[in-house]
Amino acid sequence: MELFWYIVLMTMLTIYVILDGYDFGAGIIHLFFAKTEKDKKAITNAIGPFWDANEVWLIAVGGVLFFAFPTLYASSFSGFYLPLMLILWLLIFRAIGLELRGQIKNKMWEAIWDKAFGIASLLLALFFGVALGNVVRGVNLGMVTDGVSAHEAHYFFLPLWNPSFSPTAEHLGVIDWFTLLLGVVGVVALAIHGANWIIFKTHSDLNQKLKKVVFNLNIILVVLVIISLLVWHVIEPKPFHNFMENPWMWIFPIIAFTGLFGLFKVKTFKKDGLGFLFSSLFLFGGLTSTVASIFPKVLPSTNSVNPSLTLYNVAAHEYGLTVGVYWFVIAAILVGVYMFVQYRVFRGKMDDVGYGDH
Amino acid sequence: MEDMLFYDRMQFAFTITFHYLFPQLTMGLSLMIVYFKWKFLRTKIDTYNDAAKFWMKIFALNFAMGVVTGIPMEFQFGTNWAKFSELTGGIIGQTLAMEGMFSFFLESSFLGLFLFGEKLLGQKLHFLTGFLVFLGSWASGYLIIATHSWMQYPVGYEILENGRYVLTNFSALFSNPWLMPAFLHNQMGSVVTSSFVVAGIGAFYLLNDKHSNFGKLFVKTGVIFGLISSVLLAFPTGDWMAKNVAEHQPVTFAAMEGIFETEEGGAEIILIGQPDMENKKLDNKIAVPNVLSFLTYQRWDAQVKGLNEFDESVHPTNVPGLYYAYHIMVGLGTIFIGLMLLASIQLYRKKLYTTKWILWILLFMLPFPYIANTTGWYTAELGRQPWLVYDLLRTADGISPTVSSGNTLFTLLGFIGLYLLLGLLFLMLAGKIINKGPETSKLN
Repeated sequence: MELFWYIVLMTMLTIYVILDGYDFGAGIIHLFFAKTEKDKKAITNAIGPFWDANEVWLIAVGGVLFFAFPTLYASSFSGFYLPLMLILWLLIFRAIGLELRGQIKNKMWEAIWDKAFGIASLLLALFFGVALGNVVRGVNLGMVTDGVSAHEAHYFFLPLWNPSFSPTAEHLGVIDWFTLLLGVVGVVALAIHGANWIIFKTHSDLNQKLKKVVFNLNIILVVLVIISLLVWHVIEPKPFHNFMENPWMWIFPIIAFTGLFGLFKVKTFKKDGLGFLFSSLFLFGGLTSTVASIFPKVLPSTNSVNPSLTLYNVAAHEYGLTVGVYWFVIAAILVGVYMFVQYRVFRGKMDDVGYGDH
Repeated sequence: MEDMLFYDRMQFAFTITFHYLFPQLTMGLSLMIVYFKWKFLRTKIDTYNDAAKFWMKIFALNFAMGVVTGIPMEFQFGTNWAKFSELTGGIIGQTLAMEGMFSFFLESSFLGLFLFGEKLLGQKLHFLTGFLVFLGSWASGYLIIATHSWMQYPVGYEILENGRYVLTNFSALFSNPWLMPAFLHNQMGSVVTSSFVVAGIGAFYLLNDKHSNFGKLFVKTGVIFGLISSVLLAFPTGDWMAKNVAEHQPVTFAAMEGIFETEEGGAEIILIGQPDMENKKLDNKIAVPNVLSFLTYQRWDAQVKGLNEFDESVHPTNVPGLYYAYHIMVGLGTIFIGLMLLASIQLYRKKLYTTKWILWILLFMLPFPYIANTTGWYTAELGRQPWLVYDLLRTADGISPTVSSGNTLFTLLGFIGLYLLLGLLFLMLAGKIINKGPETSKLN
């Protein structure tokens, strides 16, 4: 049962990253490449009717985490207190940036909310990458100093950074050079993803330029991915252990690299949706490879006193998990129907829908 | 430790109070929008459709505020109340996860369609999307109150040796005797808020001689919905709630009613008076003898236990706060019924739109349902203290063990600043929409 909910949770998380990821990416593109009012309009139209429902996946991920793995929810949410609060505030700025911009026709007003939307999206992409870095790096569970736990074995707290900025220090911070590297990977990958979404959903004049941007950013992304893999041993001496034991898991990195290298053909794609498909494959493959590499751990311990959190020692009780399957299956089918209806009604190009004029 | 508990409680109280200003309007307003849209489908009179679209703008603004201030609520269980989440997550996580899966997806998917899809969908499907938004928002209220009810009156659980609460009976969460009264009471409170807002804005248009045909429609609809909901708010739902509290949380009941000592021969109902906690009495009280006994037990001489019967360790943490919250709620609720009754009589006599003093009162009463709803929730929440899970888990034992008070104060200050900004922006934009007024269109 734990395994079932683990798969559900990871699937939902991946869906969230792919869906809200294109919103963050669109925000980054908006910040750096949208020069004219027409460009900006094209970008907000492309995500207009979707971003709010995409954000719901985050709430749903939080809800399922809470109910199926309460110990992990309690441990990680209190331990990552500061970055989570920053994410909440950034989500607020992203949302009001999008919602309020069109309410008043005034250049200063529009400039403020354009920047709020763009900068918040950029920082969110960065923080989600940093968050992934924190999960694979692990934390000092129980806050052990000199072999003695200061708290219960599954609790911890991280400041935003520690002075040494190192992922191997005894007292870690949220941001160190390793997690920051993954943060930058997140920004570049989502910028590409967002650009692909804009190409897919609009007839914007920006699209030809964005194809070049995707191509160039993809070169940077390949370099960053290679650097990440080269330094990975610093936080995990045997990163490929799980893949060696279970060769079928190689499918995840293969999917990631298919997406990554497929994107180099972006300029010649016949269909506008293909770029989005490949960047989704990269996000899916990258995320699943990363969590697969630490499986069954969900939050590794960096000390030798307290054990890592695994999906088995953080789960709720059997009965609750079993009864949850019934309502979850019904809800998941309904969510599928809603998404089908939503993407069906707003299929094709979004240039004429007129988001933000309400 | 004391500081930590204080800041954690302050942050939750502040963020939830601000958050609930928005859903309390959207839940009730979605019902009224569905009504306007339905009237349009039946009568084909454009005014109804224009009214629905006007209120949809207000709804969308409130909904966006509700969403952005709602996500912090779900996160805070883990960030600030980690021990509580760890111990009870297997139970309250169920209903909270269900809320995300069943109602938020429904609401957010169809709100987009309702706002942007009128031309694409056609009128019947457009009505349906509006109805689904209404359904989603009420389902959300239901599941939140199911969670709340379990904390007030825990059912269907077992406590393991390590202190964890495990679910043993899923359906008990929904047959909880606390749930239905609390849900209906809360939803009626929400409809009262939306009725007063609709009537208040209508009165504003009439007094201002702007958009008068909409002004009349809003005042009429607001007053009719307002009369029905404010009566249902008191009876049966409020009465039902009070009896639940008297039966299951007698010490809370004593504190909120301001009963310090058990009285022989029936308990009086306190109308006015300030609790003096040092001397265990009420200053300058006005009370009606025996009425509380009758309202609670239908016998004039029934005994109502006073605070003196209970050990101090189980007294609500803030007795005066609880007492005031409850009395403000009840006092306002009574005024609402009176005002709506008066307005309905004038409406029946076809004199409401020209009776200026009632229109002025309707306009000025607009903020008060928000106060009544907020103090109603304070009654429930302060009444549950010092417990998180009534009689089982103390609030002080539920906070995050590793988050320092300094960090919580930092984020509390951040929320205060951010929400101040949000509040100002909201008022500005809502004012702009209201000032501009409904647009008249020819759709058919």
